[in-house]
Amino acid sequence: MAKLVPGRQADLHLPRSLIERGVGSVLFMCAALSVAVTIGIILTLLLETIGFFQHVSFKEFFLDTEWTPLFSNRHFGIWPLVAGTALTSFLAMITSIPLGLTAAIYLSEYASERIRKVLKPVLEVLAGIPTVVYGYFALTFVTPLLQRVIPDLAGFNALSPGIVMGIMITPIVASLSEDAIYSVPLSLREGAFALGGSKLRTIFRVVIPTAFSGIAASFILGMSRAVGETMIVTIAAGQQPRLTLDPRVPIETMTAYIVQVSLGDTPHGTIEYRTIFAVGMLLFLMTLIFNLIAHFLKKRFIRGVL
Amino acid sequence: MEEKNDGKNRLVDFSMNNGSEKAFKAIGIVSLILPLSFLFILIIDTAADGIPRLNWNFLTSFPSRFPEKAGILSALVGSIYLIGLTAFIAIPLGIGAAIYLEEYARNNWFTSLIEINISNLAGVPSIIYGLLGLGLFVRFMGLGRSLIAGALTLSLLLLPMIIMAARESLKMVPLELREAAYALGADKWMVIRKVVLPLGLPGILTGIILSMARAIGETAPLITIGALTYVAFLPKSLTSPFTALPIQIFNWISRPQKGFHVNAAAGILVLLTVMLLMNALAIWLRMRLQKRNI
Repeated sequence: MAKLVPGRQADLHLPRSLIERGVGSVLFMCAALSVAVTIGIILTLLLETIGFFQHVSFKEFFLDTEWTPLFSNRHFGIWPLVAGTALTSFLAMITSIPLGLTAAIYLSEYASERIRKVLKPVLEVLAGIPTVVYGYFALTFVTPLLQRVIPDLAGFNALSPGIVMGIMITPIVASLSEDAIYSVPLSLREGAFALGGSKLRTIFRVVIPTAFSGIAASFILGMSRAVGETMIVTIAAGQQPRLTLDPRVPIETMTAYIVQVSLGDTPHGTIEYRTIFAVGMLLFLMTLIFNLIAHFLKKRFIRGVL
Repeated sequence: MEEKNDGKNRLVDFSMNNGSEKAFKAIGIVSLILPLSFLFILIIDTAADGIPRLNWNFLTSFPSRFPEKAGILSALVGSIYLIGLTAFIAIPLGIGAAIYLEEYARNNWFTSLIEINISNLAGVPSIIYGLLGLGLFVRFMGLGRSLIAGALTLSLLLLPMIIMAARESLKMVPLELREAAYALGADKWMVIRKVVLPLGLPGILTGIILSMARAIGETAPLITIGALTYVAFLPKSLTSPFTALPIQIFNWISRPQKGFHVNAAAGILVLLTVMLLMNALAIWLRMRLQKRNI
C-alpha cells in the first residue's frame, strides 16, 4: 500500500475518532449506571429511614420487644421481625449446609466427569424455580406432611418455610463449595496419599481445611440469600411478629412485613409507609455485611491456594 | 476415625473399600438425590393439583370471585409486556456496560469500584430493588404503580446478572481475532461490532435468557412497587396498572378457599413450563456453543 498523505490520513481519522469517542462515553455511562443504582438504593432507603427516626427513637427501635405499627397501640421494636428472619434463616442453613457440603465433596472428589456435567445444570434449575412456587409447596405440601409428625405445628410456622428455603439454597451452597474444593491443587492430595492417608482422611484433613475459606464464603452467601428471601416466608410463615425461637408457631420476617404493608393501601408519607424503608435499610445492611465478608473470604481463599 | 490400610491401593484411586468410605459415598449420593427428588415431588404434586384445571378457558379468562371461572389472561399478558419491556431496557444497558468493562476500561480505581459494585448489587435481595422502585420510579418520578415502573425496577434487578454473563462470554473471544482485525485497519468500534460481538453473541444470549427466566418468576419487587393483585383488564399503555403471573399466583395462594389453591397450582404449571422451556433453550445454546468453540 502506498504511503498515505498526512492530510488525508487525518481526514480519515477524524470522523472515526469522533464516533469512537462517542461510543466510548456511551458505553462508559452504561457501566457507571450500576454505581448510580447503588447510590439510588442507599439514598431512597436513607431518606425515608431518616423520616422514620424523626418519629421513632433509636431506643424504641432497638430496645422495645413488640412490633405493632399497624395497630392503634403502636410499638416499633424491631426484634420480633429480626427473630423471625434469624429463625427461618437458621433453619434454612442447618438444612442446606450438610446437604450442600456433602453434595459438593461428592461431586468434586467422587463423581465422574459425566455425572458432574449432567447434575450441575439440573441443580441450577432447582435454584432458578420462582420462590412463589416454593412458597406454595411449603404451605400446601410440606406443612401438612410435617403436621403428621409434629401434631401441634401451626398452619403457618417457621419450620416448613425454613426447610424449603434450605432446599432452595442447597444448590447455591453446593455449587460455590464445589468450586472451592475442586480448585484445591492435586499436588496437596497426592502429598497426603504419599504419606499413607486414605481418600476420606485426605478429604477431611487436607482438602477441606485448604478450601475452608472458600467453603465458608459459600455458607455466608447462602445465609445472605436466606435473610433476603421473601415469598416463601411470606406465604408459609405467617404475619404475626413474635419474639420467639419456637419453630412451630406463626411468626413474621422482615421481608414478609415489607410485603404485608405493600399489599395494603398505605398512603405515602405516613409512618407505616416509612417503616418498610427502615426495615429495608436494616435488611440491606445485613446482606451487605454478609456479602462483604464472603467477598473477603473468597479473596483470601484464592490468595491461599495460588 | 480408624482406617485399615491393606496395601492394595491402586495409584489412582485411594479410596478404601471399608465401612466409613462406603458410608460417606452413600451420604454423598443421598445429599444429591434429596434435593432432586424434592424438585420431582414438587412438580408431581403441583401437576396433580393443577392439571385438571388447565384448559383454554383458564388461559383466556380474567380473574373472578368464582375460582372455577377465574383465569390468568390479564396476568399472562401483563407478564409478557413486562418481560418484553424489561428486555428492551436491560439488554442494551447490560451489554453496553459489559463491552465497556471488557474492551475499554482502564485498570484504575473507578473500574475496580464498578466491578466490586456490580458483584455487590448481584447480592442485594430483590425486595430491596422493590423499595428502590417504589421510592424512585413510583414516587419521585411520578410513574405511579404502572407497567413501566415495574419494567424499570426489574431492569435494575437484572442488570448485574446480564453484565456478568456478557462479560464472561466476551472474555472467551480470543485476543488474536481482535488483533487480526486491527491489523486489517479496523478501528476499535468496528472490531467490537464486526468481530467481538458476533462471536460473543451466543454466550451473551444464554446469559440473557437465563436472567429473563428469572425475571418471569420475580414476585417480591413487583408487590413492593404496587402491582395490583386483581386486574380484570389488559394494560393499554406504559402507564397502565398491571398484574403479572407470579402476583396472580400469590394472590390465589393467600386465599383460604381450596378452589383458588387449585387455580394457583394451574398457574404455577404455566409459569414453570415457560421457565423450564427458557432454561432448556439456554442449555441447548450453551452446548452448541461449546461444540463450536473447540
